[in-house]
Amino acid sequence: MMAIKRLLPGGWLSAYAFLYVAFLYLPVIFLPIFSINTAATPKFPLSGVTLKWYEDLPRTPALIDATWNSLIVGVSASVLSTVLGILAARSITRYRYPGRRAINGLIMAPLVLPEVIVAISMLLVMLQLGLSLSLFTVVLGHVLVCIPYSMTVLTSGFEGFDRSLEEASADLGESAFGTFRRVTLPMVMPAIISSLLVCFTISLDEFIIAFFLTGTEATLPIYIWGQLRFAAKLPGVLALGTLLLFASFLLMTIAEILRRRAASRTRNEGGLYA
Amino acid sequence: MTAAAEGSPPLRMTQVRRSALLQSEPVQGFALISPTFLYALILLVLPILVVFAHSFWTQNYLTIDHTFTLENYRVALTEPIYRDLLWRSLYISLTVSVLTVILAYPIAYFISFHGGRHKSLWLFLITIPFWTSYLLRVMSWKVILGYNGVLNSGLMGLGIIDEPSTALLYNSSAVIITLTHAWATFAILPIFVSLEKVDRTLVEAATDLGDGPLRSFLRVTLPLSTPGVVSAMLIVMIPTVGDYVTPKLVGGKDGVMIANAIQAQFGKASNWPLGAALSVTTMVIVTLMAGATVLIIRAAQRLAR
Amino acid sequence: MPELSLAERPHQSERPQSERAMIEIRDVTRSYGAFKALDDASLTIKEGEFFSLLGPSGCGKTTLLRMIAGFDNPTSGSIAVGGQPMDGIPANRRPTNMVFQSYAIFPHLNVEQNVAYGLKRLKLQGDEERRRVEEALAQVSLTGLGKRGATELSGGQRQRVALARALVMRPKVLLLDEPLSALDKKLREQMQVELRRLQQAVGITFVLVTHDQYEALAMSDRIAVMFGGKIAQVASPKEIYQRPVNRQVADFLGGMNFVKAEIVEENGASLVLDTLGFGRVRTDKPKAFVRNGGQATLGIRPERLRVLWDNATAKFEVAGKVVERHYFGEITHLIVEIPGLEKPLSVTETNDFGADDIPVGAPIRLAYDPEALVAMAD
Repeated sequence: MMAIKRLLPGGWLSAYAFLYVAFLYLPVIFLPIFSINTAATPKFPLSGVTLKWYEDLPRTPALIDATWNSLIVGVSASVLSTVLGILAARSITRYRYPGRRAINGLIMAPLVLPEVIVAISMLLVMLQLGLSLSLFTVVLGHVLVCIPYSMTVLTSGFEGFDRSLEEASADLGESAFGTFRRVTLPMVMPAIISSLLVCFTISLDEFIIAFFLTGTEATLPIYIWGQLRFAAKLPGVLALGTLLLFASFLLMTIAEILRRRAASRTRNEGGLYA
Repeated sequence: MTAAAEGSPPLRMTQVRRSALLQSEPVQGFALISPTFLYALILLVLPILVVFAHSFWTQNYLTIDHTFTLENYRVALTEPIYRDLLWRSLYISLTVSVLTVILAYPIAYFISFHGGRHKSLWLFLITIPFWTSYLLRVMSWKVILGYNGVLNSGLMGLGIIDEPSTALLYNSSAVIITLTHAWATFAILPIFVSLEKVDRTLVEAATDLGDGPLRSFLRVTLPLSTPGVVSAMLIVMIPTVGDYVTPKLVGGKDGVMIANAIQAQFGKASNWPLGAALSVTTMVIVTLMAGATVLIIRAAQRLAR
Repeated sequence: MPELSLAERPHQSERPQSERAMIEIRDVTRSYGAFKALDDASLTIKEGEFFSLLGPSGCGKTTLLRMIAGFDNPTSGSIAVGGQPMDGIPANRRPTNMVFQSYAIFPHLNVEQNVAYGLKRLKLQGDEERRRVEEALAQVSLTGLGKRGATELSGGQRQRVALARALVMRPKVLLLDEPLSALDKKLREQMQVELRRLQQAVGITFVLVTHDQYEALAMSDRIAVMFGGKIAQVASPKEIYQRPVNRQVADFLGGMNFVKAEIVEENGASLVLDTLGFGRVRTDKPKAFVRNGGQATLGIRPERLRVLWDNATAKFEVAGKVVERHYFGEITHLIVEIPGLEKPLSVTETNDFGADDIPVGAPIRLAYDPEALVAMAD
C-alpha cells in the first residue's frame, strides 16, 4: 500500500509528462506525414506515399529566390547579433556598473514584447528615416529579436568563466591579445558557434518582422504565407515546411551540444573527480 | 632634452591616472555593452517613442497632421469594433496564459523533482518543438483542425462523427488551443528554474515536521515557486495579446484579434495614428492586466499562508 | 635567469638565509574610494625566504599579493622586485608567477599544455621546452600525467599543476594565494610539508597568503600578520606566536589568557608589572612595546600553564579551582578560576598524567615560567 502510494505521484506525473510531450510534438509530426501523401488535402486515411511534392520544390523559381533571401538574411542577422551579443554578454558577465540590470532588461525586452508591435514600430521609424524596405531592413529587425537569444546562449557560456584564467595567462607572460587568442577565444568558441546557429534558425523561421519590414523580396516564411492562400499549393508548402523543420531541428541540436560543451568548459571548479 | 626629461615624470603620472580611469570597471563594462545598448535604443526605444507620438496625431490622407489630439484613443476605446477586439484579445491572452501555466506546472515539477539524470534531455525534448517555425506550427494546427483536417477525418474514420465538424476551426477556441501549444515552452522554463531553486531540504523539513506530500507541496514548494509562475504568466500573456499569425490562420471571423486590426491600420486602411493608438492602448491595458495578475497571485499566496 | 635547472639544485635542508631584499614594499596604500584595502604598508621580503601574509579575510593580504603580481596597482607608494621598481610594469612582464586560489587551470588544455603555457612564448630551442615541462612535473610528483585533461584532475592534482606551471617559468618570486584552502584537512597538511620542502629545494622566494595561522606557522621563515589593511607584526613564526605585539595578533594566532596589569617600572629591556592573579612580575620588554598610560595587558598561552600534581611546587605558581573540563583526546582543556582574576584562565594539559580525570570543582595549582608572560600595550 505504502509502496504504491509512494510510486503514484511520480507515476501519474510521468504519464502526464509523456502525454504532454506528445501534445507538443503532435502538430509538428503531421507536416512530414502529409508531405509524402499523394492526396492534395491533408486527411486520413493517407492515400499513398510519394516524393513528388519534394521533387517540385527545386523547380519553383520563387522558392529558390526565397531560399537565397532567407540564407542572406539568416547569415547576416546571425553574425551581427552574435557580435553584439558577445559584447553585451561579456560586459554583463565580467563587469559591475550602475544601470547594468536596466540595460540588460532593455536588450532582452524584444523577447516579451508582442512581435507585431515591435515590427510596426520599426516599420514606422524606417519609413520616417527614409529607408526603403528591403532585405537589409529585415536584417535590422531580425538582429533586434535575435540578440536576446544570443545573449542567453553566450551568457551561459561566459558565466563562471573564471577571471583568474585570464590573469593566470597574463601572469605566465602572455599579452592581452595573446590571452584572448589562447585562452578566452578557445573557451567561448562553442558558445559563439551555438549563438550563430540559434540566431540563424530564428531568422530562418521568423515571419512577422520579415512580413512587415521586407520590400518586394520574400524570405521562406513569407513565401509559405503567400502559398497558404491556395489550397492546391498546400502539399508543396508541407514539403517545404518539413525541410525547414528538419533544418531547425538539426541546427538546434548542434547548437545545444555546443552550448553545453561551452558551459562545462568554463566551469573551472570541480571536474570529473572533484 | 634635459628639460623634457625632467618634465616627463609628472606627465607620466597623469597618463597613468587617465588610463586608470579608462581601465576602471564601470567604464570598460559600459563601453563594451554600448553598441548593443545603442542598437536597442535606436531600433526598439526610439520606434516605440515614435509610435507613441503618432498616436496623438491625425492621418490626413497621405500626410500626417502633427497637432495634438486624443481622438485616436477615443476611437480605440469606444468604437465597438476595436473595443470588442481588445476585449477578445485580452480574454484570449488571459485564458491562454492561465491554461499554459496550469498545464506546464506539472511537467516542470516532474522534470525538476523526478527528472533525475535525464533532466537536461527532458528540457531539450521540450524546447525542440519551440525552435521550429512558429508559422509552421500554426499551419499544422490548421491541418489538424480543418474541415477536411486530421481530426475530422480521423473521427469520421473511427465512426464517431458522420460529417466533418465546422466547430473546430475558425473560432477563438482554435486560437486558444494553438497559442497554448505554441507558448508551452515559454511557461515551462521559468517554472522549472524556480522549482530548481527550491532547497530540497526545505521539503524534507516540512515532511519532518509532519506534512504529507500534498501539504508540503502546497505549503513549501508551491509558494517558493511563485516567482516562476508569475514570470511564466507574464511571458505568455504579454506577447500573445498581440499575436497576428494565429488569429489570421485559424481564428476566422470569430477569432480576429487586435493585432490584425493594428496591421490593417498600417496596411490597407492606412491610418497610422489610429494603428499607433491601438498599439499603445493594447500595451497599456495588457500591462495593467499583467500587474493585476501579479497582485492577485501575491494576494492569494498571502491568504493561503 | 639561473641556468641551473631546478632539479639539479642541491637539496638543502637548512639554507643559509640571504640578507638581500627580493621584494621591497614602500608606503603602499590601495584605496577604493574612502575604503583603504591597504593602508601605508611597508615590508621587505628577503631572497630565498618563505614569507607568509597572514590575516582574516578583508585584511588586505590578497590585495598586497595581487599588487606584487601586477593585477592591481598601489594608489600610492612603490613596490620593487629584485631591485627593479614595478610601477607601470604589467603582470605579464614581471618576474613573479602565481598559484591562484582557484588554481585557474586552463580547462581546454591538458596538464602538459597547461605547464608549457608560459614557455611557448619563450620559443625555447629544440627539446628544451619538453625537458623543462617534464622536470616541473617531476618536481610536483605528476610524472606521467602530462596527457591528462584538465577537467579529469582531483583537487590536489590541480594544485600541483598550478605549482608546476608557475615554477617552470623559474620566477624570482612565487606568489601563492590561499593555495591549500580548497583541499581537505589531511591533504592540506601533507601539502604544507611538500610545499615547504619544494621551496627549500628550488630556493625561490615564496610569498604565501593565508588565513590559517597553523599553515603560516608551519611553513614560513617569517610571517606578516595583517589587520584592517595594516601590517601589525612582522617576525618569525616563533616570535609571532610567543611574543605577539598586541591582543589582536595574540588572539589570531591561537588561544591566550589576558590579565590586566599595572606598570610599576619600565626600563630599557624589562618591565615590572603588578597583576591581581600573578602578583608582581618582571618580564622582558618586547621590542614593539609602546607604553600607553599606566595600564598594560599580560598574556600567557594556555599550554604554558602546567598543572602541579600532589605536593609538587614551583617557583612561580597560581592557585584556583577547576570550573570546567573539556576532553580533546591527547589533551584536556581546563577552565580555572583564580581568586582576584576577573576572567578564569584557560589551561591545556597533556593527558599523560591524568589531566582528564581532574574533577570539576577541585582546587588546583598551576606553574608558569615568567618567560612565557608577554606584556602588551593596551
